[in-house]
Amino acid sequence: MADKEKMTLIMFSGEMDKVLAAFNIAIGGASSGMDVTMFFTFWGLNVIKKNEGSIKSKGIMRNMLNYMNRGGAKRLPLSKFHMAGAGKAMMQRLMKDINFPQVDELMRIAKELGVKFIACTTTMGMMGITKDAFITEVDSFAGVATYIAVARESKINLFI
Amino acid sequence: MKADAIIDCIGLYCPMPIVNTAKKVREMGEGQVLEIIADDEGVKQDMPNWARMTGNEFLGIEEEKGKYHVFVKKKSR
Repeated sequence: MADKEKMTLIMFSGEMDKVLAAFNIAIGGASSGMDVTMFFTFWGLNVIKKNEGSIKSKGIMRNMLNYMNRGGAKRLPLSKFHMAGAGKAMMQRLMKDINFPQVDELMRIAKELGVKFIACTTTMGMMGITKDAFITEVDSFAGVATYIAVARESKINLFI
Repeated sequence: MKADAIIDCIGLYCPMPIVNTAKKVREMGEGQVLEIIADDEGVKQDMPNWARMTGNEFLGIEEEKGKYHVFVKKKSR
């Protein structure tokens, strides 16, 4: 197929439940023949951060933020009933019960289906996060014009 | 109905039956029929919609003891 229909998702949130829903939709779109692009910005950048190592940045405030806002697909909290991780653990168990993939597994499936990951450079600059903080699956680093260029051609565009 | 290939999606929920179907259909030959066995009721509507979007042919669903046997025919170019 030459011109595939497009879907774009703005990944603003960094909470496990919202991210699960977003990947579910992205994977559904990609499986239905759509060209899917996910733009990760603000707290959403936490989804595509590496799970290992620490994040170094300049200045006390940025370092403090990156310490408290560590991120990584395995570290995302729940938006509700997180209860210092106890709620999340229970939710993950419920997911396992119905063979529902965890966030990192959904990301792997999304990549396998050709979903593109783009990280927002403005948030990176503001929060002092460098490229090496991210997983290698990130396709590119860009700003709003890149998002608009894809979104204006998209049939589905979501802000999550 | 006779199928050229079968995939087992028992115990899987959305979006996995769709993902597995898309993957399997890609490997199959044109005009071949895939049978998907699932127990998530969502497939009753998801499968015909997936087939319509991807241009494959939805042949029908046979329901039996809480299991759904879905038949999809790969499109010919």
